Amino acid sequence: MSVRTLEVDGKMITALEGQTIFSAAWDSGIHIPRLCHLGGLSDVGACRLCLVEIEGQKRLQPSCMTKVAEDMVVRTNTPALRAHRRLIVELLLAERNHVCSVCVLNGACELQDLAAQLGVDHVRLRPQYPKLEVDLSHDRFGLDHNRCILCTRCVRVCDEVEGAHTWDVAGRGKNSRVITDLGEPWGESASCTSCGKCVQVCPTGALFSKGKTVADMRKDRGFLRYIVTAREKKLWIA
Amino acid sequence: MSLDNAAQMTDPREEALERAMARYQYSGDALIEVLHAAQQLYGYLSAPLLRKIARRLMLPPSRVLGVATFYHLFRFAPAQHHSAVVCLGTACYAAGGTDLMATLRRQDGDGGWTIEAGRCVGSCGLAPIVIYDGKPMSKVTRAQLEARIKETHDSGNTAPDAGR
Repeated sequence: MSVRTLEVDGKMITALEGQTIFSAAWDSGIHIPRLCHLGGLSDVGACRLCLVEIEGQKRLQPSCMTKVAEDMVVRTNTPALRAHRRLIVELLLAERNHVCSVCVLNGACELQDLAAQLGVDHVRLRPQYPKLEVDLSHDRFGLDHNRCILCTRCVRVCDEVEGAHTWDVAGRGKNSRVITDLGEPWGESASCTSCGKCVQVCPTGALFSKGKTVADMRKDRGFLRYIVTAREKKLWIA
Repeated sequence: MSLDNAAQMTDPREEALERAMARYQYSGDALIEVLHAAQQLYGYLSAPLLRKIARRLMLPPSRVLGVATFYHLFRFAPAQHHSAVVCLGTACYAAGGTDLMATLRRQDGDGGWTIEAGRCVGSCGLAPIVIYDGKPMSKVTRAQLEARIKETHDSGNTAPDAGR
C-alpha cells in the first residue's frame, strides 16, 4: 500500500493511501475532537466536530470522511474552527437536558470533556429542555433520551459489530429518537442480545448500566478495539 | 371450514401487498415503495404491518420504523373522519400557519381529525393555506377557520372526508 505525505498543523506526517485525515492525524498524536467517530465503527460525519481547513478548499471538510492526499495542507485547530466547535457543543447542550451534576457519567463523559476543552463555561442559546422519556425496561441497562446526542454509535456498533441491528433512529429533526426494534420498550426487544456494546460506546450518560449512581458509571472502549482487531486480523490483543 | 373457504377468507390486501413486494424481488432497497403500497392498501402503517414488511424484506424492524417515521407522508394511526393539512412552508409559516395549526388542534377535542403539517403547496402568494377536507382554503384567517370548523360540526360531522 502506498504512502502519502501531508502537513497537519505545520507538522509533516505520513499516512497510508485511503486513510482519513482524522485517523492519520490521530496516529501522529494530533487528536481532532469528535463525538460520532469511534475507531472500529464506520463513519457517518454527523457531529461536524472534526471539521478541518484544507488549503485550497473553501469549504471545511469533516476529517473523519476525507481521505488524505499527497502534499495536502490541513489545519485542525484554528480560531475559526474552535469557534465552530464551541457552537456545536453549545447546540448539543441546549438541545436536551445535559445536567452533569445528576448524571451517571459525570467526570467521564465525552461531551462534558469536550465542553471543558473548548472552554464552554456557559451556553449562549436558550435551553430547549424537552421532557423526554427514560426507558428502564431492560434488566441490566437504561436509556435516558434526555442525554442522547444522536451520534448513532449505538446504532452502528449493534449493526456492525454485534450484528443485531436492534437500534436505529426514528423521526426527524428535533423529534429524532434512538429506538429499539419497532419502538417498543428496550426490555421487550426481541432482537436485543443484551451484549451491552451500545452502552459502552455511548459518549454520554444516555445509555448506562443499571445500579450506577451519580458520577459512578465508567465506559470501556478497549473492548471494541479487541473485538474488531480479532475479527479483522485474527489477533487477540491483550 | 374447508380449505377452499379458508383461501377465500384471506384478505385481498394481504395478497396485493405480497404482489407489491414480489415486484421488487423482496429487496430491502425497495422499502419505501413497499411502505407506500402498504399504506395505500391499509390506510396506515400499523405495528404488525411494519413487522411483517421487515420480516418479508429481511430488514431489522428498527430500520423499517426509522425509515417510515422519517417521512411525513406515512401515517401510523387510521385516518380520521376529517382531515386538515396546514402548510408550514416558509411563506405560510410567516403568515401565521402555526396559529392555524394551534386553532385546529384546540378544536379537535373529540379526536375526529387527522391534522398534518404540509411543506409548501407551491402557492405562496395565497399564504397561509389550509387544505380542509381535501379542499384548499387560501389567505386563511383564524376567524375564517373557526367558522369553517363550526360549520362542519353543525352539519353533523358526517361529511365525507378527503377521498381517503
